[in-house]
Amino acid sequence: MILELDSIDVVYDHVIQVLKGVSLQVPRRGIVALLGGNGAGKSTTLKAISTLLQFERGEVTKGSILFDGVRVEHSTPDELVRRGCVHVMEGRRCFEHLTVEENLLTGAFTRKEGSSVIADDLELVYGYFPDLKLSRHSLAGYVSGGIQQMCAIGRGLMARPRLMLLDEPSISLAPRVVEEVFEIVQKLNHEQGVSILIAEQNINIALKYASYGYVLENGRVVLDGEANELRNNEDIREFYLGIAGEHRKSFHNVKSYRRRKRWLA
Amino acid sequence: MLDILHKIFVGPFIEMSHAPDLLVQVLWEGFVSGTLYALIALGFVLIYKASSVFNFAQGIMVVFSALTLVGLIEMGLPAWLALLMTVGVMYVLAVSVERTILLPLVNQSQSTMIMATIGLSSFLIGFGGFIFGGEPKSMPVALLGIPTGSMQFSVFNGHINIQNLDLAAAVMALVMVTTLGIFFSKTRIGRALRAVADDHQAALSVGITLKQIWVIVWFTAGIVGLTTGIFWGARSDVSFSLQIIALKALPVLILGGFTSIPGVFIGGLIIGIGEQLFEYYWGVQMGGGTQGWVAYMIALLFLWVMPQGLFGEKIIERI
Ligand SMILES: Nc1ncnc2c1ncn2[C@@H]1O[C@H](COP(=O)(O)OP(=O)(O)O)[C@@H](O)[C@H]1O
Ligand SMILES: [Mg+2]
Repeated sequence: MILELDSIDVVYDHVIQVLKGVSLQVPRRGIVALLGGNGAGKSTTLKAISTLLQFERGEVTKGSILFDGVRVEHSTPDELVRRGCVHVMEGRRCFEHLTVEENLLTGAFTRKEGSSVIADDLELVYGYFPDLKLSRHSLAGYVSGGIQQMCAIGRGLMARPRLMLLDEPSISLAPRVVEEVFEIVQKLNHEQGVSILIAEQNINIALKYASYGYVLENGRVVLDGEANELRNNEDIREFYLGIAGEHRKSFHNVKSYRRRKRWLA
Repeated sequence: MLDILHKIFVGPFIEMSHAPDLLVQVLWEGFVSGTLYALIALGFVLIYKASSVFNFAQGIMVVFSALTLVGLIEMGLPAWLALLMTVGVMYVLAVSVERTILLPLVNQSQSTMIMATIGLSSFLIGFGGFIFGGEPKSMPVALLGIPTGSMQFSVFNGHINIQNLDLAAAVMALVMVTTLGIFFSKTRIGRALRAVADDHQAALSVGITLKQIWVIVWFTAGIVGLTTGIFWGARSDVSFSLQIIALKALPVLILGGFTSIPGVFIGGLIIGIGEQLFEYYWGVQMGGGTQGWVAYMIALLFLWVMPQGLFGEKIIERI
């Protein structure tokens, strides 16, 4: 396993408990999905791993996080990037007044190799994201959402990570672009051996590319399993994929009790 | 009435065309103070970019660094060693600011940060006064190898007089602004600084260490302050009243935008030249001493026409 969370609790501002006993694992070279609705605690989980939590006055109060066999819950973000864990934050967060290429180069901040190695990696990133090469000299604030998402992932890639944490890469992108982004992520996984943990509300797309998934609700893992199992799981089908749902909207209110019971069982 | 209009709109220009050599002299003097204004504004810009803090202590940092340098030389140290030690002191100051102000107060509101920098300036005034005494000191220009004397050039059948000290100040300021401009646009650290300015959380997420960037920026601002202090101090003398030159930085910043290095340079020149011209050709008729407020007038006029400043970063909005 490249990443192991063992029943972690996360508290914001010393009092607001958001995660309760979350455990999850990401195998080496695996793609794992962290699923759940808005406010379920997906971003908090990723921030706990990358330790960005400390800058939002959040803290892991219980449990442990092992990245590559080393405990990291009291580490720092730059330390994690150096060790090979990069967090691509929700909302893309490109540096708007920097060009696309400058954005990519900031991703190599922690690296000690010479500029020729970095230049090679830049070409590697352009190889995976040809669209980035086309807009390399544009300010990142002015390119489309799809390009920004690619820029954010490419920027993360420049750190040569072994694990990437992707927070809702599909958010506010057209379905075709979402597909394109996920295809590239899969390719990165296969060819570069980067392990991936994706937080997504778009369960459909996430389970198409992931091999394993965890469902988070109110800060707890309520369900986990192989991706194909989850895809066929009745609850997931009903409540997230809307396949069985002829009255999909009303399900949410009427059947939520039953759903919870089944998950807890 | 007509007389007044003539004095405002016609007289000064006739005067300029009759004595072009004098005009060149006035422009030169404006240019020199402009470059120094640009330097002091540059200190603000660096810190504002990296930490969104409006550093009230910038003016004091200028005085404090100059005072340290003069004080160390007066204690009998050779000038080069004193200079080196002053640079060291500015580094220690940068690290202390990072430890005691920035780190504990990260994520606090703007006003808390401003209060903290006001606190810092009181501390520096007290500390500087305690160590080096309160009375004005004179900058030992010769010991520092800064040229003195002056040169004469003939222009337009007349001549202008250029102080070597002024020339050295202008050259130094130009070199500093250009170097920093290139540093921030082309180097790894410069990119990281602009990244922090754009989105400090995202900067953290790619492994940029804010602490390191903050120390670099405050140290650079300290060195810029020291340079300003040396040349400004050489033109008058070194005392805490020097800090009022920080007041000149505000109109420069309004003009140039708070985040642009070329902006502060152009802004500094506009203010420096503008106020010198105004004082000489208009101000004298009004009783003189217009430098105190003309800078603000110029800045306000520009602000009217260009609300984002000359070089303010475009605020990128998406729908
Ligand atoms: N900085 C914070 N301080 C306090 N509460 C927070 C903070 N960030 C998130 N939360 C709360 O934690 C819960 C989970 O948020 P988040 O992890 O962002 O969920 P998700 O990414 O699944 O939408 C939400 O109820 C949210 O209001
Ligand atoms: Mg989220």
